[in-house]
Amino acid sequence: MAASYSTSELMVVRAARELLDGEVVFVGIGLPNLACNLARHTHAPNLTLIYESGAVGSVPDRLPLSIGDPCLVKGAAAVCSIFDVFQYYLVNEKIDVGFLGAAQMDRYGNINTTVIGNYKNPKVRLPGSGGACEMAIHAKRVVIIATQNLKTFPETVDFITSPGQKANGKTRKDWGLPGGGPTLLITNLGVFKFDSESGEIFLTEIHPGVERSDVVSTIGWNLQMAGDVTETPEPTADELRIIREELDPDHLYI
Amino acid sequence: MESKVTTMADAISRFVEDGFTIVIDGFTHLICFAAAHEIIRQRKRNLTLCRMTPDLIYDQMIAAGCASKLIFSWAGNPGAGSLFGLRRAIEGQIPSPLEIEEYSHFGLAARLIAGAANLPFYPVQSYLGSDLPTVNPQIRSVTCPYTERSIATVPALNPDIAIVHAQRADADGNAQVWGITGIQKETAFAAKNVIVVVEELVDSTVIRSDPNRTLIPGMVVDAVVVEPFGCHPSYVQGYYDRDNDFYVAWGDISRDPSSLDRYLDEWIYGVGSRTDYVEKLGPDEVSRLKAELVLSTPVNYGY
Repeated sequence: MAASYSTSELMVVRAARELLDGEVVFVGIGLPNLACNLARHTHAPNLTLIYESGAVGSVPDRLPLSIGDPCLVKGAAAVCSIFDVFQYYLVNEKIDVGFLGAAQMDRYGNINTTVIGNYKNPKVRLPGSGGACEMAIHAKRVVIIATQNLKTFPETVDFITSPGQKANGKTRKDWGLPGGGPTLLITNLGVFKFDSESGEIFLTEIHPGVERSDVVSTIGWNLQMAGDVTETPEPTADELRIIREELDPDHLYI
Repeated sequence: MESKVTTMADAISRFVEDGFTIVIDGFTHLICFAAAHEIIRQRKRNLTLCRMTPDLIYDQMIAAGCASKLIFSWAGNPGAGSLFGLRRAIEGQIPSPLEIEEYSHFGLAARLIAGAANLPFYPVQSYLGSDLPTVNPQIRSVTCPYTERSIATVPALNPDIAIVHAQRADADGNAQVWGITGIQKETAFAAKNVIVVVEELVDSTVIRSDPNRTLIPGMVVDAVVVEPFGCHPSYVQGYYDRDNDFYVAWGDISRDPSSLDRYLDEWIYGVGSRTDYVEKLGPDEVSRLKAELVLSTPVNYGY
C-alpha cells in the first residue's frame, strides 16, 4: 500500500518523472525546484539545473527560498551574469525544459502573470513576466504547474504574458517562436498534454480520488479528453522520504 | 588625487538629485538597502526607479514617496508573496500615482546592455506572441537587414546614477564581486555616475592579486562607501545570509499602510545611518546570519 501524501507531493513527483537524465532545466522556486532536485536525487543524476540568477549546474544543499539563494552558488559548475544566462543559455536554445506557473491560463497554455482586469487600471497587479516570457519562447519544452479553478482557467486570459501553443489567433510557427512551448500541464487535479494539431490541452491523467466532473467543472471551456485517461501514478516511499527529509524538511511547499 | 572614499550620506547628497533615473542593482544578491534608506532619509523625490526586481528595496522607496516612475520586469517579493507598497501605488495611486514601464527580464537587461555598449538599442526575440509590446510603446521592432525578419528592440538605458554593492574594493573603486553578479557590470558601465558600496575596503594589492575577480573597474567609479551589513535583509555571499524571515514578514508589514509607515519611522527615519541600523538589529541577528567559511582554491597567476 502506498504511503499517504499531499497533492503538492504528487505534483512534484509527477513533474520530476517528466525530466530525463542528462537534460538541462531552467528551474523555478517552489514546486519546480523540488521536482528538479527530486529528479537529480533519483533517476536523473546528470540533470543540469540552471537558475535565472545565473547559477549553472547548481547542487543546493538546502531549500532555496529565492531564485538567487546563495546555496545555488556554492558547488555550482559555473555562475554567470544575467546577460549570459539569458542570451547564451536560454535564447541560444541550450535549455531543454522550463517550468512556468500561472495566475491565469487558457486552453492553449497562454499564461497571464501580469494583471487581473485592465492593464491601465488593474483589479490585481501581479508580478509580471520576469524570465517567464523568454522561457515560453525559447525553452525546447515547457511544463506548467498551476492550481485549477474557474479563475485560473478562464476561456480568455486578461493578458498574455507568456505565449502558449496558439497566441492571439496565431500558431507558434506563425509567430516564429523558436522553442516548443508548453507540452505538459500538471494541476492539483490532473495532468494534461497539448494536442499537436489544435494546440489545445487535453486531459490524460486524473489524480487518485479526483472525479472527472471535478476536473471538468473547474475549467472555463469544453475540455478535451484523451481516449484513455489513466490515474496519475502515486509517489513511492523513497520519493516521499527524499522530499520530506532532504529537500523540504520544514515542509514549506508540501 | 582626491579620495573617492566617503560616507553614504555624502555620496547620496552629491550624486542623487530629485528627478534622476536611478538603479540600485543586485539580483537577489547584493541589494544595497543602506543606500535606499539614506535616499529615503534625504527625502529625494520624483525619482525614476529602475531594477529588474523592485524587491523590498523599491517597495520601501515607493511607500516613502521617493518615486514617480518604476521601470521593472518582475515585481513580486522573491519567494515570499506580494509587494504591497508598490501594489497600492499602481492599484490605488497611494501615496501618489506611479507610472510604470514594464519589460521581461531579458528585455530590461538588454536596455542596460545597450546603454553599457553605447548602442542606441538592443534586438531581442523576447516578445513574440506576448501582449507586453501592446502596453509598452518603448518595445518596438526593426527589420533585420540580413534575414529581413522583424525583430523586437528595446532602447538603451543610461541611468543618471548606479549604486552597486560589492564584497570589496580598493580606494579607487576597483570592485570585486563573487556569487551572483546579476546585471551589475552593465549597469555600472551604462550609468553617468557610479557609487560602489562595499563590505570591506581593501588595499589595492589584494585586488591586484586576483584581477579576474574585479567586476567593476575604478575608472567608472565616482565614490566608494564602506558599509558593512549594508545589504541586509538581502545578502552578501561569504559575509551574511539573506534574512528570509524578514522577507516573509514584509508581507504582513507592507499589507497595511500604517504598519509600513511605522516600519519606515522605526527602521529608516528613526536611525541616522547603517551603523545605527546594525546596532538596532543587535548582535544576535548579525551572528544568526553570519556566513560559514567556504573557501575557493587559490589560483596561480604566475608565468
